[in-house]
Amino acid sequence: MDSLTAATAESFRLLFSGDAALWIIIFTSFSVSVRAILIAAPFAFVVAFLMAHLRYPGRRTMIAGFSALQSIPAVVVGLTVYLVFSRSGPLGDLKLLFTQSTMVIGQMLLSFPLLVALSHAAFQAADRRVWETSITLGAKPYRAFLTLIYEIRFGLIAAFIAGFGRIIAEVGCSMMVGGNILGYTRNIPTAIALETTKGEFAQAIALGMVLLAMALLLNGMLSFFQGRGVMTS
Amino acid sequence: MKRFFANLIAFLLLAPPLAFAAEQPLIRMATTTSTENSGLFTVIQPAFEQALGIKVHVIAVGTGKALELGRRGDVDVVLVHAKPAEEAFVAAGDGVARHEIMYNDFIIVGPADDPAGVSGMQDAASAFAKIAAAAAPVVSRGDDSGTHKKELALWRQAGIEPDGPWYRQVGQGMGKTLQIAGEMNAYTLVDRGTWLAYRANSPLKLLVAGGADLKNTYGIIAVNPQKFSDVDYASVQRLIDWFTSAEAQALIAGYRVDGEQLFYPVSSQ
Repeated sequence: MDSLTAATAESFRLLFSGDAALWIIIFTSFSVSVRAILIAAPFAFVVAFLMAHLRYPGRRTMIAGFSALQSIPAVVVGLTVYLVFSRSGPLGDLKLLFTQSTMVIGQMLLSFPLLVALSHAAFQAADRRVWETSITLGAKPYRAFLTLIYEIRFGLIAAFIAGFGRIIAEVGCSMMVGGNILGYTRNIPTAIALETTKGEFAQAIALGMVLLAMALLLNGMLSFFQGRGVMTS
Repeated sequence: MKRFFANLIAFLLLAPPLAFAAEQPLIRMATTTSTENSGLFTVIQPAFEQALGIKVHVIAVGTGKALELGRRGDVDVVLVHAKPAEEAFVAAGDGVARHEIMYNDFIIVGPADDPAGVSGMQDAASAFAKIAAAAAPVVSRGDDSGTHKKELALWRQAGIEPDGPWYRQVGQGMGKTLQIAGEMNAYTLVDRGTWLAYRANSPLKLLVAGGADLKNTYGIIAVNPQKFSDVDYASVQRLIDWFTSAEAQALIAGYRVDGEQLFYPVSSQ
């Protein structure tokens, strides 16, 4: 019990004394996940819009497909990205394995189905007349699209937050394709895994608290936006 | 507009972390969990990065995985401890040459009450035979690491196929395996470096040490540049030269945990 108290006390000291090693890890985590979600989200929103707006054969299968892929295990994405970007793999010449770029790619792939499925639900619930009215009033399709996006912004923000929540806490993929390199690809989840195996619980607890605070904040925001979404429709 | 978005995506994907914006050679080294978990790299990495002006990305995995990363060209150099596997790696043309840099020894640790009665033995294979006969719990790395390879060799030497509920393969690094063995009150084979680093928090006791079959040698091998043309062989060779230099050997010899030496440089042999 003593060691637990001591480790917790030490973890607070690390957090609030501006321990550089700790903050680099936190910065890496956010830098990678923010980049991944910023790239993935616009594409996901366009795909979701097309699925909700157009009529084409295989549409329902596609929707079911993205829905099913939401639960794809992170380690499977990690293994796939590893094999593709390994020096002996098809894209090995890019020399991207064990860089932040492959972590970004892995996290994009992880968050993409979730972003599509959740934003598709938002587009589905939108009023088709928003689109039709905009077009009738002479708006170009991309302007009409932006108007539609604005109308369902709470649903899309909720999808964005849920996607971010999925990747910021993910350990399997980051460990495999990032390699847990100190000061470069070591993020919060992989650092917690490592520090725990080393018995350095203070740093693991400090990082765990950051991640937990983050998760609670995101989920709080999520329910807030979901609540607003229902009331405006 | 299209160009702007293409550039934005490229930037988000490739933006280098600010700290490493400076132009300097970057090489990737795969090494074992024992060298990293024992804390040795926290001392020697800043030393060689400064001495050579080379940035080194260290990826700590088991010896088997480290050699596989080298074989696939995912790293430029490996620092591992499993002599037969390393010699095979070089013989197959995956690596250039094996340079020994340091050694320590494996030991067997186990529960303080020592149900198999192996305390004080030196010969590891006989100790394993006794533990198996008592069906006392054993935790194995089970991850194709250098320590795991050594453990399997010792079982073969003892003429025993470890099997049964007393034998658990955990598939984890050395530190984690020691923790699990501690929780389960089990015997396990461990390198002395990791043991010294973890001993303060472990309920286990050192029981078997000193046998000729327990020596643990670490070697460094450059990945074959003829196989992967973009390996920065010149920088790798400078790194290998540094490891065998007097400066590095003194640093390795000087690394202490709780006043105990963890690794012995080959120059001291």
